[in-house]
Amino acid sequence: MPRGLRLDVAITLLVLAALALAPLLGFGANHYLTLFARIMILAAAAVSLSFLVGGAGLASLGHAAAMGVGAYAVAILDAHRLTDIAIVLPVALAAAALFSLLTGAIAIRTEGVNFIMITLAFGQMAFFTASSLAAYGGDDGYTLYDRTEILGSRLMENRLFFHYLCLGFLVFCWGICAMLLASRFGRVLRAARENPLRAQAVGFAPYPYRLLAYVIAGTLAGLAGVLFANATEFVAPAYMSWQRSGELIFMVILGGLGRLSGAILGAVLFVLLESWLPSLTTHWKMIFGPLLILAVLFMRGGLVGFLGARRG
Amino acid sequence: MAEALLSVQDLCKHYGGLAVTNHISLEVRPGEIHALIGPNGAGKTTLIHQITGTVMPDAGRVIFAGTEITRFSLPRRVHAGLARSFQITSIIAGFSVLENVALAAQGQSGSSFRFFRAAAKEAPLNEAARAALAEVGLADRATIIAGALSHGEKRALEIAIALATRPKLLLLDEPLAGAGPEETEKLITLLRGLKSRYAILLVEHDMQAVFALADRISVLAEGRIIAGGSTADIRASAEVRAAYLGEEEIPC
Repeated sequence: MPRGLRLDVAITLLVLAALALAPLLGFGANHYLTLFARIMILAAAAVSLSFLVGGAGLASLGHAAAMGVGAYAVAILDAHRLTDIAIVLPVALAAAALFSLLTGAIAIRTEGVNFIMITLAFGQMAFFTASSLAAYGGDDGYTLYDRTEILGSRLMENRLFFHYLCLGFLVFCWGICAMLLASRFGRVLRAARENPLRAQAVGFAPYPYRLLAYVIAGTLAGLAGVLFANATEFVAPAYMSWQRSGELIFMVILGGLGRLSGAILGAVLFVLLESWLPSLTTHWKMIFGPLLILAVLFMRGGLVGFLGARRG
Repeated sequence: MAEALLSVQDLCKHYGGLAVTNHISLEVRPGEIHALIGPNGAGKTTLIHQITGTVMPDAGRVIFAGTEITRFSLPRRVHAGLARSFQITSIIAGFSVLENVALAAQGQSGSSFRFFRAAAKEAPLNEAARAALAEVGLADRATIIAGALSHGEKRALEIAIALATRPKLLLLDEPLAGAGPEETEKLITLLRGLKSRYAILLVEHDMQAVFALADRISVLAEGRIIAGGSTADIRASAEVRAAYLGEEEIPC
């Protein structure tokens, strides 16, 4: 691996710095902060997915479900007037981890297309389960009474605080996934992704490593879901839909599968396009779709590959 | 006679009506190179899969270092001390040469459910990896991406990976396959250097290499061992000539 700062990492750091400074440089209006929050939360979820797909080789098409489980934990507790982070956070974490553990334990027994299909199926099960929760809004979704309170304080409602909370969470996700990939654990994951037989022939059965990676990624996505619910003050089954999972996969591929920073760049570009194009025409999806196809066709290795960065 | 390190007893595997390995028994003693030869389709690959644990036998037993490992998975056999190389080169092409070997050392050095320290900075793993690379003559290629090695170097890397698992027995599945004459020379020298320190079960088509390296040879044909003995015995055996060696000239 070449030493020094890679271009993709440098640009990602610039993007993060820009997000950190934006509210101070005249982008403090609510509609900007809403957009930034969406970017940062989806980027964090995309990073956790990139860890799973690019790192462990597990192309999950049900990642939004884990995110949705976190969001629904907030909604369901909110309906019972439980809004303090001391309750919401552990419950959401445990729910997302348990959901990932149960679905992963089965899904990881399969490989390739079967894995994609089974994670998709679990995701849709979560989606339809959420749709049938009549007490929590059913199909229509659920509007939160309150944002999550932090030990009694309503700090989350401070938009600037929330902005930096999301930014902190994104950096945390990036850091923790990068650390894991570089660790012994991550080395086994990377080896098993590239050559599972070789990993076994030096003594590693991939299953427990992959399952743990799946649970970690799902738990991080669940955390992203908690923030997403707070950002929109609304939770709907659509958060769990396979379309959302597909969008997350797309952000990862758009940015470049080989690098975690790619997921951040991909999410930024994706959300910016998604919010800018509708201002041009109501038929913006006719532009968005082909644009994404062209991006994949002509930017092999995603934005990161386009920047000429070498894969680690 | 030293007690066998690896003892294969009465191993059978049928695919439908075809007995691919038919009551095969063979032994590898500590420190010896035991060569397994036989024509294509003789059942060598299936036998190796059964010894390494990627195919489960229908009947028979595999005893390794006093433990029955017949039903062990591949990773468990590696931990027991059975290392293998693959007929078709199997390395992690995207890893550096060093990391390929360090991964193998990692498998022998405590838990890999460690999450905080960068594995690349673990000096003991890197040292073990460098030692194995030095053994196969790849010390100066450590930082290169493994996929960029030449074919012969990749074959040597596979052996270094196997060595880094600290094996008692090396199972080398056609280590010379696809190597050019010059690379073959180098690899034979390398294997000769390992001799006596490791027990080796060598499957190889290159008769020159087999006769140069092996202490004993077993000849497999149509799922059975048709002959076994010292290199001299095998060279002299008319049966082997007929069944396998055919027109090929046996080097003296």
